[in-house]
Amino acid sequence: MKRTMSQDVLITLVVSALLIWLMPLLISTYTLTVLVIYGMLGLSLGLIWGFGGILCFGQAAFFGLGAYTYAIAAINIGESTVPMILAVVVPAIFAALLGAMMFYGRLTDVYLGVITLVVTLILFKFVNSTAGPQYVIGKARLGGFNGIPGFQTLNVPGDPNAYIWGDPYFYVCAVALVIVYLLVTWLLRSSFGRMALGIRENEVRMGLMGYDVAARKTVLFAIGAAIAGLAGALFANWGEIVTPNLFSLGQSAEIIIWCIVGGLGTRLGPIVGAAGLAYLKFMLGQQSMIDNTLITGLILVLFVLFLPRGLVPAIASLLSSIFGHTRRKPSNRRMRRARHG
Amino acid sequence: MDLSFVILVEMLYAVASLVLISAGLAVVFGMMKVINLAHGEFMMMGGYATITAVGLGVNVFVAMLVIAPIVVGLIGLIVERLVIRHLYGRLVDTMLATWGLSLVFIGLATMIFGNTTTGISTPIPGFAVGDYQINGYNFFIIIVTILLVIAMYAVLRGTRAGLIARGTMQRSDMAAALGYSPDRIYMMTFFCGSALSGLAGAVLAPLVGLVPTSGGAYIAKAFITVIAGGPSLIAGLVSSATSFGLVNQIFTFAISPVIGEVALLIAAVVLLRAMPSGITGRFFKGKM
Repeated sequence: MKRTMSQDVLITLVVSALLIWLMPLLISTYTLTVLVIYGMLGLSLGLIWGFGGILCFGQAAFFGLGAYTYAIAAINIGESTVPMILAVVVPAIFAALLGAMMFYGRLTDVYLGVITLVVTLILFKFVNSTAGPQYVIGKARLGGFNGIPGFQTLNVPGDPNAYIWGDPYFYVCAVALVIVYLLVTWLLRSSFGRMALGIRENEVRMGLMGYDVAARKTVLFAIGAAIAGLAGALFANWGEIVTPNLFSLGQSAEIIIWCIVGGLGTRLGPIVGAAGLAYLKFMLGQQSMIDNTLITGLILVLFVLFLPRGLVPAIASLLSSIFGHTRRKPSNRRMRRARHG
Repeated sequence: MDLSFVILVEMLYAVASLVLISAGLAVVFGMMKVINLAHGEFMMMGGYATITAVGLGVNVFVAMLVIAPIVVGLIGLIVERLVIRHLYGRLVDTMLATWGLSLVFIGLATMIFGNTTTGISTPIPGFAVGDYQINGYNFFIIIVTILLVIAMYAVLRGTRAGLIARGTMQRSDMAAALGYSPDRIYMMTFFCGSALSGLAGAVLAPLVGLVPTSGGAYIAKAFITVIAGGPSLIAGLVSSATSFGLVNQIFTFAISPVIGEVALLIAAVVLLRAMPSGITGRFFKGKM
């Protein structure tokens, strides 16, 4: 990495400030808010998959868990500050326990994928079946497949009547995404981040060098879950309802598709992929000629076949070949472990 | 007495349907190491092929046992030539590409058949055992499954084609040196795997209301069963389907169907954590 940390932060801040200022002129803030939230969700998987080599099929589980935690806590507390914190902490703890079980058991690639997939399914099936009145946490009814509506949405900390919604809510989400992005940047530049890259490239070697691979993977997994949980809580505030569909396999699939299309092993790629594809889906939803799912699927197949590195790395290498910059070459070897198991 | 007979049949049926759901994936994943996430959609298409054929006036058993496997097998063949062929040996990429394919198939089915539930009635009437009513079709599924497992074993073990296929999956360079084209053998194996998925989807079609997204209900179960089974194809399939089927039915009878499903999934997590290379990675080593 040639740029220093402060340069990186400066560029991020300038570009994101410009985008936050310009984008609402093009797209309504209501749509933009959800694009930003999906961007954060994409980033959470991009972090653990692209930089840690952990292919998680159940990122939606943490997203949904964050949303449900927020909704249940908000109904019980009636104020949004503590629920927001809980929505980050609960998925992180859940992921730490799950991750410890998997990584200390030395499970890898396919088995990891299956277990995360299965855990998502368990949550989905369980929450779906909680329609009866006996499933209550505090004052909140879980509501089964109907979900939980009518909880306290985001308010100014300390004042439950000062709701944040509409345009201001978009700015809150956008700033949250920028902060998370900067934290991820910092994390990857720290020694922890470098070790995560080392583990992605060659787990055995890192283990032989004396690093505790399982512990580091568990922590990284938990950080990814915390980000997904935050995205889930923001999504709950945006939609003002949480339903079991947040846990569904389709949701998990979409997160993976965003990462692949945007570009694995980059911080920006998953965000671009998420926002871009979600917007495309939104546009496609307005016509009824061709089925939406069909196009999503086609995009995924074509990307895997023809552009397996994703959009952002491809554009970056195109730009650097045009302008002759001598930036680091994105070699295929870097992603070997993450992509070939 | 009657109740225990009913429970026995239900248990056998649960195991048989798991074997049936997983058989196609076992060939494609267990032998070829291609994680086919479109497996559920292959089954869905098998169901639609049956319903369409029955609607055109074909005998229901011919539609299920002959037409559906051939149709789905041919679709699998096209998919293999267009997409999978380029991705052998790239585990994660095949997974993503087939996930994309599954979405494509769901989209196509929605466009062709519409987003409504279709179905056919079960061709075999139920009958009473004492005070209980048993679905006669369950017996048909159990018998089809037993015949299928025997046939798979016979083909893989006893025929020259099975020998060549197994050899190619183990060392494709050696098979090529002996004059067999690995490309064509992979193609044929994928055809067989897809045909098995189509057969499973067709046989199960009368029991479920078919919608374009019904493949999703199968894929996780199939995936879990095959992976928990481990490296041996048939022994793994039967042993893991038996364990999961029993767990599922015990909890279904004891508590509720939802808890039964959840118990199955938890059993899978525990099993994979305890035996990361599957049941046949530890027991029945080196069997078929």
